[in-house]
Amino acid sequence: MENDAGFGRFAVSVGERQLYLVDSPIDRLARTLEALLVIAPQPLSIAELASASEAEVERVETALALLAGRFREGRSGIVLEQVAGGYAFRAAREAATACARLVERPVQRGLSQAALETLAIAAYLGPVSRPEIARIRGVASDSAVAGLVDRGLLTEAGREAEGGAVRYRTTPLFERVFGLSGLDELPSLDDLAGDAPALRERLEAVAAGRSA
Amino acid sequence: MSTVAVRDLELDLEAFEGPFDLLLTLVLKDELPLADVEIAGVVLAFVERLAERSELELEVCGEFLVLVAALLELKARDVFAEDGELELDDLDAADAAAELAERLAAYRRVRAGAEWLERRLAAETDRYFRLGPAPLAPPPARALDPQDPLGLARAIRALAADPPAPSLSHLALRLPPVERFLERFRALLRRSGFVFDDEVDGLSRIEQAVAFLALLELRKAGEVRLSQQAPFEPIGVSAA
Repeated sequence: MENDAGFGRFAVSVGERQLYLVDSPIDRLARTLEALLVIAPQPLSIAELASASEAEVERVETALALLAGRFREGRSGIVLEQVAGGYAFRAAREAATACARLVERPVQRGLSQAALETLAIAAYLGPVSRPEIARIRGVASDSAVAGLVDRGLLTEAGREAEGGAVRYRTTPLFERVFGLSGLDELPSLDDLAGDAPALRERLEAVAAGRSA
Repeated sequence: MSTVAVRDLELDLEAFEGPFDLLLTLVLKDELPLADVEIAGVVLAFVERLAERSELELEVCGEFLVLVAALLELKARDVFAEDGELELDDLDAADAAAELAERLAAYRRVRAGAEWLERRLAAETDRYFRLGPAPLAPPPARALDPQDPLGLARAIRALAADPPAPSLSHLALRLPPVERFLERFRALLRRSGFVFDDEVDGLSRIEQAVAFLALLELRKAGEVRLSQQAPFEPIGVSAA
């Protein structure tokens, strides 16, 4: 049964009582978004969701908040998360063991130190070329880059203006694997490498001592 | 471990596998880029060999240190040389230290970032999600000029109209058989003579031409006599 305002009412019998559940337009939009997120092979941005559902961005955000309440850890086996610049469903963490019996994670076998350093350079400084990565790491990083491209964690992102070396950046899959809503969620390197200035001072002190 | 053993130190690095001696030779001949060689791996291999010995042989250690220091210096030169203009020899100790500190600080920051990623990855091992194929292709945008509906209707109507009837005029060029006129003229001759022009009057030009060929055929066979008062006058035909 629907009225002029677009609200539907569903009658539910509980014992001898009749309860009426109101189905609002936002509920209907939430169901549409739910369907879109189920069929999407990658995270969908709010703009993509708004375009596909032909709804306004504000209403999409409201409906997503509704879905986030429904699909959350402890309540559902499917969890809605904000990841890689969009929204996507993933399995609840409590089901991880069962999931592991069925499928392999994209980075199941772990990453070598070289691969992690290369990823960090691309994530923080990308897009970067292989020579740039090699200069920062002090060793050639060709195999690390090739391995990360094969795993779908790095992708080509144009060429350098000078020399034409291929540049690489991290992919949305990288953000999903590491559970990042975006690259801006990475912690500041200054916070992580707090001892860098101290190291610099020590080296400069040694140099000053030698040249004196 | 003797002095020879340092040179024979077996290495198993990512970029090189073989004795230390050969590594040095390849590096000095520029056949192996030093940037590919992990010096730490060389040191590790030496320390492992050292650990197998009960006594510390200072002479061996000293030689190894000199060789590794040389390798490190070469590698440092490579690293600096990648900037193109900067040569280690051109720098005084303070500048070199500042440059080195800059490089080390940059690497240290990246290393810290890598460590953070490693911890993050370890914390996200229970993260499972569906992996799809290539991203959804957006439907191609169809950019059409605004159209007048009546104009479109006219265009469609023109397309829907019956095509013009094909011309069959070329079929009229089929030549009638000469025999047809031979038999007809012979029949006329059996009764009496005839005037050719009267007999072909009303026929097409092609049929008249074929009729004339039949007349010539009869003349050639000596079956008829032809008479004409003047050019373009009627042709009289009579039996020979």
